[in-house]
Amino acid sequence: MAKKLTIDGKEITARDDATIIQAAHEAGIVIPHYCYHPKLSVAGNCRMCLIELEGRPKLEISCNTPVADDMVVYTNSPKVVEGRRGVLEFLLINHPLDCPICDQAGECGLQDYYMSYGLYQSRFQEEKVHGRKVVDFGPDVVFDSERCILCTRCVRFCDEVTHTNELGIFERGDTAQIATFPGKQLDNPYAGNTVDICPVGALTSKDFRFKIRVWFLQETPSVCPGCARGCNTSVHHHDGRVYRLKPRRNDEVNDTWMCDAGRFGYKSLHENRLLQAAMRNDEGELASAPMQEALASAADLLRDRDPAAIAVLAAPQGTNEDCYLLARLTAEVLPGCQVVVTAGEPGDEDDFLLRADKNPNTRGAQDMGLPAPASPDALADMAAAIEAGNIEVLVAVDVDLKAAFGAETFARLAENLGGLIVQGSTAHPGCEAAQVLLPSAAYVERHGTFTNFQGRIQRINAAFAPPGASQPAWRIYRRLANLLGADWNYPNHEAVWADIADTVPGYGVDYAAIGDQGYHASSES
Amino acid sequence: MRKLTFWQRLYLPEILRGMLVTTRHFWINVLRQRHTITQQYPEMPTFVSERYRGRHRLTRKEDGSPRCTACMLCATSCPALCIHIVAAEHSDPMVEKHPASFTIDELRCVFCGLCVEACPCDAIRMDTGIFALAAEKRENFIYPRELLLGDAVPKNIAEGKAPAQ
Ligand code: SF4
Ligand code: SF4
Ligand code: SF4
Ligand code: SF4
Ligand code: FES
Repeated sequence: MAKKLTIDGKEITARDDATIIQAAHEAGIVIPHYCYHPKLSVAGNCRMCLIELEGRPKLEISCNTPVADDMVVYTNSPKVVEGRRGVLEFLLINHPLDCPICDQAGECGLQDYYMSYGLYQSRFQEEKVHGRKVVDFGPDVVFDSERCILCTRCVRFCDEVTHTNELGIFERGDTAQIATFPGKQLDNPYAGNTVDICPVGALTSKDFRFKIRVWFLQETPSVCPGCARGCNTSVHHHDGRVYRLKPRRNDEVNDTWMCDAGRFGYKSLHENRLLQAAMRNDEGELASAPMQEALASAADLLRDRDPAAIAVLAAPQGTNEDCYLLARLTAEVLPGCQVVVTAGEPGDEDDFLLRADKNPNTRGAQDMGLPAPASPDALADMAAAIEAGNIEVLVAVDVDLKAAFGAETFARLAENLGGLIVQGSTAHPGCEAAQVLLPSAAYVERHGTFTNFQGRIQRINAAFAPPGASQPAWRIYRRLANLLGADWNYPNHEAVWADIADTVPGYGVDYAAIGDQGYHASSES
Repeated sequence: MRKLTFWQRLYLPEILRGMLVTTRHFWINVLRQRHTITQQYPEMPTFVSERYRGRHRLTRKEDGSPRCTACMLCATSCPALCIHIVAAEHSDPMVEKHPASFTIDELRCVFCGLCVEACPCDAIRMDTGIFALAAEKRENFIYPRELLLGDAVPKNIAEGKAPAQ
């Protein structure tokens, strides 16, 4: 059974157990709020979400009032606006005039609502209550008690989502403040989310503090490549540089959260990048070269060679488009070559978001026709085959070769190999031994899709152009295949996707239809 | 076109009238020098209005530290995008942050004064009256924090030599 009610003159059908604020938001009517959060319990303490109910003399809070049949709700009547103005005046009584130095300025709930409902002329003459500034809460979170409006979102997050209970409210009245329990630190693996949900500038991120004012940032929807879950994210960037990642809501994958490891994963995007193609010059030194020449030199290493003497070692880091063309390249252009996928060391896993598989696309790589991740034995076999001279050319894709084989073994292998072609966006250890280096774009610089461990296909988007000569890996494979005699014609990622949609079971969906929330074959009829 | 009369076609009366104006100003300038408009710049200092928007400077608090809190409102309002600020944590939690680096590219600046308008702390002013910025290299027009605070002098024609001001 659903309930029928009227909000601002609009007939709305709401779920039985919905509150007014939920029903309104689902109908596209935004009610100002601070303490309400769709993924946390109701606290009802900020009083910002006041609405007028026909037949009731007092204003009610919409976050804790369940819908009922024939309710008539006004969210913007003069009485409501007056009420909000009063609530804001109370909230700001002891609030400092910190906006110019406050990191939240530009995305602050207090600023935004004050512009719409504020009093503008302060009536407060007394001295403000001063609180603690720059309180260290943990490895990444800094707290400012003067700015806190005691909405308890952060406290509820630590209680209900991470169950770690680091935070609480201490004291009362105008000395009440949020603090960590004695001897505790806000250091759980999801602590960064408290900064996101704090509606004001009370919790700020040490990593992001003062780096840039938020109004300079642009947002691009993306997916975190930190593990097989693929939390939906927003990449916040300016001028070809990523400044932070924020989780993006997707109720099927990550609700509204992401882990801190993923949150800070953006840093590797700007460190140790492969920017120029390189190949051995006449003296045998690795020197930068135009992409076309490096590709030609890679093709020379692969051409006219018994494919059985060629091995490809790939990490499942590439998008489905990359994996699809790599699978086709190995199966059709170099049939008989050996392909090994290595997933690297498993990492932390829990029953919330983190997955042990630290690759974004292990499942997609398999769907695209690459083999399942190999055991360490397979790598040992490959090393033995290289030492025995059975494998002459190795193509490494996004792999840390020294970590995969062990530094000493790899040094021996590098001597034995007739050719080593390395492709990736990061200059992993071992790439200096390559004959040819092919730089590929990182995930924020290109379009494509990842398939997470649930089988959900999710899109990543280019926030800015790839730096240097790097380009999406699928384009590198296409050019390589064409140099080796194939006649592939993929002008863009969508053309590759169209092929995938035609041939791979479960992937038959239009690229545009994947959208911002991803696509799961089984969830569509 | 209007037809000229005979006298107008002669031109002579108009030339004489023009000469009369010139001659009158010549004698006024010779006899009453303080009304002279011509300024002997650069031999003599020129008059600069109080409101003149000259080269920027950063002001200081009473304790001598820069007033600037690195809020970047000036950089936000700057239409030439020539202000570059790197903010850093201040040792005093009440101050929160300060500009670890503050540079203005005076070659890009259009001297609009919007940065001064935007500053909530009166930390940046354009009241130096300096309008003759000269240097040999473009880099020397990128004025760092020390220079804007008055702790350093601009590098000028010969490297390191201060301009006469
Ligand atoms: S929390 Fe919001 S209102 Fe308060 S100082 Fe920061 S930006 Fe300004
Ligand atoms: S720190 Fe932020 S999230 Fe926590 S109670 Fe204060 S305002 Fe709310
Ligand atoms: S005067 Fe105008 S152009 Fe120059 S720095 Fe200030 S805001 Fe920018
Ligand atoms: S507006 Fe003023 S306080 Fe803010 S950064 Fe510029 S000079 Fe500093
Ligand atoms: S959002 Fe309803 S009381 Fe805070």
